[in-house]
Amino acid sequence: MSSDVRFVDFKSDKQPTWCPGCGDFGTMNGMMKALAETGNDPDNTFVVAGIGCSGKIGTYMHSYALHGVHGRALPVGTGVKLANPDLEVMVAGGDGDGYSIGSGHFIHAVRRNVDMSYVVMDNRIYGLTKGQASPTSREDFETSTSPDGTNMPPVNPLALALAAGATFIAQSFSSDSQRHTEIVKQAIEHDGFGFVNTYSPCVTFNDVDTYDYFRDTIVDLGEEDHDPHDREAAKRKILEGDKEYMGVIYQDDDSVPFEEREGVDQNMSEIPDGAPDDAMDLVREFY
Amino acid sequence: MPDDLNWAIGGEAGDGIASTGKIFAQALSRAGRHVLTSKDFASRIRGGYTAYKVRTSVDRVESVVDRLDVLIALTERTIDENMDELHEGSVIIYDGDRTTMQDLEIPEGMIGLDVPLKGLAEDAGGAIMANVVALGAACAVADFPIENLDESLTKRFKDKGSAIVENNKEAARLGQEYVEEEYDYDFDYDLETTDNDYVLLNGNEALGMGALAAGCRFYAGYPITPATSIMEYLIGRIDDYGGKVVQAEDELSAINMALGAARAGARSMTATSGAGIDLMTETFGLVAQSETPLVITDVQRSGPSTGMPTKQEQGDLNMALYGGHGEVPRFVVAPTTVSQCFWKAIEAFNLAEKYSTPVFLVSDLALSVTEQTFEPSTFDMDAVEIDRGKVVDEEDIDTWLDEQGRFQPHFPTADGVSPRAFPGTEDGAHMTTGLEHDALGRRTEDQEIRVEQVDKRERKVQTAREQEDWSPREFGEPDADTLVISWGSNEGAIREGMDILEEEGIDIRLLSVPYLHPRPDLSDAIEAAETTIVVECNATGQFADLIEHDVLERVNRINKYTGVRFKADELAEDIEDAIAEPQEAAQ
Ligand SMILES: Cc1ncc(C[n+]2csc(CCOP(=O)(O)OP(=O)(O)O)c2C)c(N)n1
Ligand code: SF4
Repeated sequence: MSSDVRFVDFKSDKQPTWCPGCGDFGTMNGMMKALAETGNDPDNTFVVAGIGCSGKIGTYMHSYALHGVHGRALPVGTGVKLANPDLEVMVAGGDGDGYSIGSGHFIHAVRRNVDMSYVVMDNRIYGLTKGQASPTSREDFETSTSPDGTNMPPVNPLALALAAGATFIAQSFSSDSQRHTEIVKQAIEHDGFGFVNTYSPCVTFNDVDTYDYFRDTIVDLGEEDHDPHDREAAKRKILEGDKEYMGVIYQDDDSVPFEEREGVDQNMSEIPDGAPDDAMDLVREFY
Repeated sequence: MPDDLNWAIGGEAGDGIASTGKIFAQALSRAGRHVLTSKDFASRIRGGYTAYKVRTSVDRVESVVDRLDVLIALTERTIDENMDELHEGSVIIYDGDRTTMQDLEIPEGMIGLDVPLKGLAEDAGGAIMANVVALGAACAVADFPIENLDESLTKRFKDKGSAIVENNKEAARLGQEYVEEEYDYDFDYDLETTDNDYVLLNGNEALGMGALAAGCRFYAGYPITPATSIMEYLIGRIDDYGGKVVQAEDELSAINMALGAARAGARSMTATSGAGIDLMTETFGLVAQSETPLVITDVQRSGPSTGMPTKQEQGDLNMALYGGHGEVPRFVVAPTTVSQCFWKAIEAFNLAEKYSTPVFLVSDLALSVTEQTFEPSTFDMDAVEIDRGKVVDEEDIDTWLDEQGRFQPHFPTADGVSPRAFPGTEDGAHMTTGLEHDALGRRTEDQEIRVEQVDKRERKVQTAREQEDWSPREFGEPDADTLVISWGSNEGAIREGMDILEEEGIDIRLLSVPYLHPRPDLSDAIEAAETTIVVECNATGQFADLIEHDVLERVNRINKYTGVRFKADELAEDIEDAIAEPQEAAQ
């Protein structure tokens, strides 16, 4: 790990094909800055992405990366991290990817508390498939597949995480570059599963949850008298649900990551050339 | 005096049938006798008939047969369930004091031994040992030295303390003495012991052991019968080698975790059955497209849907060959015996890494639960070879960088095999994706590159086809008129069936095929034979279809899909019918 790594080192030479103005640009830049500023470099970093406009992020970043199938990025990240705990693992995806098709994995990744970070680019819409309702879409939001609104309350990802026993819950806004970077850095540095829901507006399909909307309503917890170590306070903030918050909402400083609890500390890529020396004991066990 | 004994204990699930049976099987194995066990069980935890069967002989036993010589019946139903296999002279051990057994009628011609199992167990220290009393009684019937049972009881109960061990030995002795004193039959059996030194294990254990020997370090799975015992085996042991088993939230997660671990450089595996394979299918393509080495084990059971979870079938061949959308290059390897589960698992990891390709390791329920005795040298760890394929490190990575210094994980080499750089390797950072990509792993829809990458991936399979040995296992008379072809667990039953047929003057050549894709060219063998018969546990003849497709010739078929595996004597009959009436083989 060299200290002179800059965030541009995490940039690939592939030009993003995101719509001009898409929130994902800011989200990605913050992730790259956060990785560089926490002392990582592309050769020790593994980025896993899901499917969606958001999922394209792995393509535009330079690191070890895997762009998988829709909704399954978290299990892939889990496998990578457990197989080589020395790697910095970051998982990214969209609200559809993470809270719809991948919602089961989300809850269990939170519970498992593997030491990796998870950034969800929440634009409250399906971008890549051209504007259908997502799990975080508002109840009255009209889209091509919800002409009369979804008629369902939106998923509250922070509440899901809290209920599942999350040890780090944060929210950020892609256009507030500095705060977003800081928050992702904290997620990376957290010992366990660092979850960041990032408002990342879709300028093409979502005319409700816009930059202006977030700019006007967002409340920075950093400027409020909020103690992220106070789970009750975090619970109130998350369940009140009447404000859009930015900042670390909950962090458990006593979090012990899965790897540590389970004693997983080896790079599993290293194996002997033949069977291990004591392998005959494996056979003798059946005597 | 017959030395080939078929023995069973049957009762209600929850009666400790399996553990009692296993104690007996281990006693026989430790006495230097060959053993093959099988289980009848229903898909429930408590209640319902269940049995553990042991066939034992001084010679190797390869198959279950339709004959039961000694039966410990803990319930009346046990006798009904086994009526077909019981014969004149069969011995039935039961406890007439049990209220449900009081009106028991021993069928004509059979010998009923009414032993107060519970009462004697209480004398020895507790009713819980009733089954052990029965084992002692069985030793008396089979003229099997009880000292061997003692050893097995010691192994089973030593963790519970020496008092418990001694009580159990006493229980067994009381059972033995009771039969010897109360019944003066001259039983037909006399089980010899030998100095041979065997291990006793089932196919899932062999498969898990093979995975460990091959350096498998990561396993993710979701419980499903009959694959779960692979996970249960590994979970207690993989940690000793620095590895980890994760019970995932579902099969979608399991295969994706395994994929992630494989990309990080670990030898990685997932195993499931039927419905779980369906869920995993989504990720097959990703594994192939991202050129990730991964072993995906399917322990087949009866389908479709939830089918018959505890019953045998070989119905997933088409899924293994064709599952997944688009065209997914893959290898499909199917062990044919319990010991082959070990060796094919090792081979599967080597194939996966040498060619950066998913390998389907297709086993079946019969292999998974059958325990068999082996010389320990059958699993000769010194013979295990590990080939990790084209892994590049800091030293040779330069060879694989483009002009701009970027690593090319999908470089279209002549043999189709691209280099692998494990994360952490300096200058190796790269992207992999399920999308079509160029040599750098970057998304593309360029027609030329698309064709180049598809060809490259397929070329790996072609290279393997040429470089590896895909021969079938061959048995019997090479010049026989009748050719039998089989895959998966049927090999043992066919081999024994062949012995029966040989006595009737019928010679057979058997090709047992462990490689389904790529697979051996069987056309010469089929052409040389007068009659070709394909044996498989399914209704539609999936393998027979493949063979006809390969050689453009109709073959005869023996298909069984009752949920029960083939038995030697039954197979011998079916083969005779097929020879007599080609093309209309028994269904
Ligand atoms: C199994 C599967 N189902 C559906 C799709 C189609 N699909 C691609 S992206 C997407 C939704 C993405 O939405 P979101 O996660 O919110 O990401 P965004 O594009 O908004 O960033 C869907 C449904 C797919 N690729 N795979
Ligand atoms: S469709 Fe929306 S989410 Fe997708 S790139 Fe365009 S602005 Fe971004």
